[in-house]
Amino acid sequence: MNPIKKFFLIFFICLIFLTSPRWALAAWQINMAPGVTPISHSIYHLHMLIFWICVGIAVVVFSIMIYSLIRHRKSLGVHAAQFHENFFLEIAWAVVPFIILIVIAIPATKTLIKMNDNSDPELTIKVTGYQWRWRYAYLDQGIDFFSNLSTPAEELQNQAKKNKWYLLEVDHPLVVPTHKKIRFLFTSNDVIHSWWVPTLGIKRDTIPGFINEAWAKIESEGTYRGQCAELCGTNHAFMPIVVKAVNEKEFNRWAQQQSGEPLHGTNT
Amino acid sequence: MEQTLDLSHSPLKSFVTFIKRWLFTTNHKDIGTLYLLFSLLMFFIGGIFALLIRAELFQPGARLLAPEFFNQMTTMHGLVMLFLAIMPAFSGFANWMIPLMIGAPDMAMPRMNNWAFWILPVAAILLSSTLFMDGSAPNFGWTMYAPLSTVYGPASTDYLILAIHLMGLSSLMGAINIIVTLLNLRTPGMALMKMPIFCWSWLVTAFLLIGVMPVLAAAVTMMLMDRHFATSFFNAAGGGDPLLYQHLFWFFGHPEVYIIILPAFGIISQVIPTFSRKKLFGYRFMVYAMLVIAFLSFIVWVHHMFVTGVPLAAELFFMYTTMLIAVPTGVKVFNWVTTMYRGAISFETPMLFALAFVILFTIGGFSGVMLSLVPADFQYQDTYFVVAHFHYVLVPGALFAALAGAYYWLPKMTGVMYNERLGQCHFWLSVIGVNLTFFPMHFLGLAGMPRRIADYSLQFANFNAIASLGAFLFGFAQLFFLYMIIQALRGKGKKATAQVWEGAEGLEWTLSSPPPLHSFTTPPKFE
Repeated sequence: MNPIKKFFLIFFICLIFLTSPRWALAAWQINMAPGVTPISHSIYHLHMLIFWICVGIAVVVFSIMIYSLIRHRKSLGVHAAQFHENFFLEIAWAVVPFIILIVIAIPATKTLIKMNDNSDPELTIKVTGYQWRWRYAYLDQGIDFFSNLSTPAEELQNQAKKNKWYLLEVDHPLVVPTHKKIRFLFTSNDVIHSWWVPTLGIKRDTIPGFINEAWAKIESEGTYRGQCAELCGTNHAFMPIVVKAVNEKEFNRWAQQQSGEPLHGTNT
Repeated sequence: MEQTLDLSHSPLKSFVTFIKRWLFTTNHKDIGTLYLLFSLLMFFIGGIFALLIRAELFQPGARLLAPEFFNQMTTMHGLVMLFLAIMPAFSGFANWMIPLMIGAPDMAMPRMNNWAFWILPVAAILLSSTLFMDGSAPNFGWTMYAPLSTVYGPASTDYLILAIHLMGLSSLMGAINIIVTLLNLRTPGMALMKMPIFCWSWLVTAFLLIGVMPVLAAAVTMMLMDRHFATSFFNAAGGGDPLLYQHLFWFFGHPEVYIIILPAFGIISQVIPTFSRKKLFGYRFMVYAMLVIAFLSFIVWVHHMFVTGVPLAAELFFMYTTMLIAVPTGVKVFNWVTTMYRGAISFETPMLFALAFVILFTIGGFSGVMLSLVPADFQYQDTYFVVAHFHYVLVPGALFAALAGAYYWLPKMTGVMYNERLGQCHFWLSVIGVNLTFFPMHFLGLAGMPRRIADYSLQFANFNAIASLGAFLFGFAQLFFLYMIIQALRGKGKKATAQVWEGAEGLEWTLSSPPPLHSFTTPPKFE
């Protein structure tokens, strides 16, 4: 019974992945979101490639294992074979995985080089991590504001019904234009945080005294959400990121409105 | 002293004798037992921390623990499990089995052996005392990243630093002892390449320990200096670099992963041949694979830091070296599978745990390969995908190997068999619980849930609830194990023969169960 149970376990696991490539029901989302930037697409394809290669290897190795667990059991009255060495087999199963790794390394390297190309940005935004909120500065537009969690305390304390974007909502979202190459600069005011928006394919640590960079070119309008990904103290879970991607016209109108406004969002 | 006080026939006297017996023991089997029982206790303590975490995460919203306490629990769970549970468990097996396996009377340095163990409870007390201190216990994760642990760390951090120094000392002494024992006390005729594979795994592990424990000691000492002596190793404002800490920590931290898993490989490589009734396939290559893994472990540490903004060239180098680890690890898995192939397999509890190890550790290995790809790692890093990955390697990996070892050697150690039926119950509940707990975490991470958060948004609720139920099932299953250990210690159960297992081979099975006080008084014959 044991090997059969194990087989079903693995089979079931694979089945889950197979049957739900998309995340129809958000609460049961099991796979990475393909995202809305060229980088996030590349990452998604790389992720699926390596995933299927792993599944392939798993099927081969576990099939052989399960076969011998079923056929070569003592209770069937078999006698153990005596072989215990084979030089060529050892070389083969070192070389074959090596070749597979090279095949994976090529697209990974390409994507990585693309990600590191921070040249020619059309808009530069400085992201500063604070305990426990984000500050966004648009370096060319002179816009500068804080972005705080806006989920009401009653919801946190279970005294009110939690809304759909519980813990993923802020008072002042980061507003960015679509189809523009945006360069993000990351730094921190206190401890290390990490700015992560899965759909943009960006995760970078914000480190006090140092500046990191990343870029995104968002393809479609919408609201994209993320969270701090590096443990940064008590309220680590309570500093979400909301990015609102709008078309250029709307972005310019918003920027016009903001410039000249005093720094806001500091009240928490 | 004893002569002047008349303590004969008093309960005090027997108590003093008992304490002296265990406090001053230099016998490798006694010390091994102490290590194993200590590790068992720590598993339950670390497990309680884990269950508190899972209880809090059962539903979204503030429920049980304040975020501050939640962070302390994640920190303590990691530290206790790694340094005080898993590592002492394997040290315990090393102490017990290495002299038996190589035909030695004891470890080479028995007094140091005693010291190496008794430092550990002191470290454990220091570490757990922080939970009762004003302010808070360490709350920055077991990785102790600066500046959260330096400028922003609670006062109790200093106790943690001291505890880490003590644990490091203990590991170093243990490692030196094992190396000296293995190199000098083998019975005549046992060449290095004829040594049981478990001994090989510990030889490699011991060298890794000596290589990296001092680095951890240096890192935490620098932390202490930054906290109290106005240095700025990790403070950018003073000309230092917070990333320096991470480099030092992971230069220790990655080999540490192999320090934990290599002895596990060793145990599995003993158990599988026994219950397949067939010699280990590719012994030489198993040894080479461990050596390659040990070497590679020193040049992959930056893969823990891909999102910190290291330069492209470094990202590429560390991506390639990390991917390479899949090759020797793959060799090990293929050799285990081939060992079983055309054997005569039976399914006693140690074998069940070993089989689950091979499958589930391999799943953890696959997610490891996925994580090695830097672009993909940008999405996986610091999410529950990573939590799933390393728990697959550590729980059904290292812990299952330790359980396999416990069932495999328990009859040898105590002289009585465990209850096979209960062993099977323990196994099946554990394997179901482990997968219910950790498999959904892959989904959570891919869907975007960061790790170490005390509360989460509604879209993550379902899988978190499943994971929490699985965790409690897993925790409950360990009570079976506890019961069986107690029964074995009380000597209840069928008497074990010297051979114990039909297919077992090696010097340890030539001695009676339990073995005599001084394992081998004369060097045994080795064919």
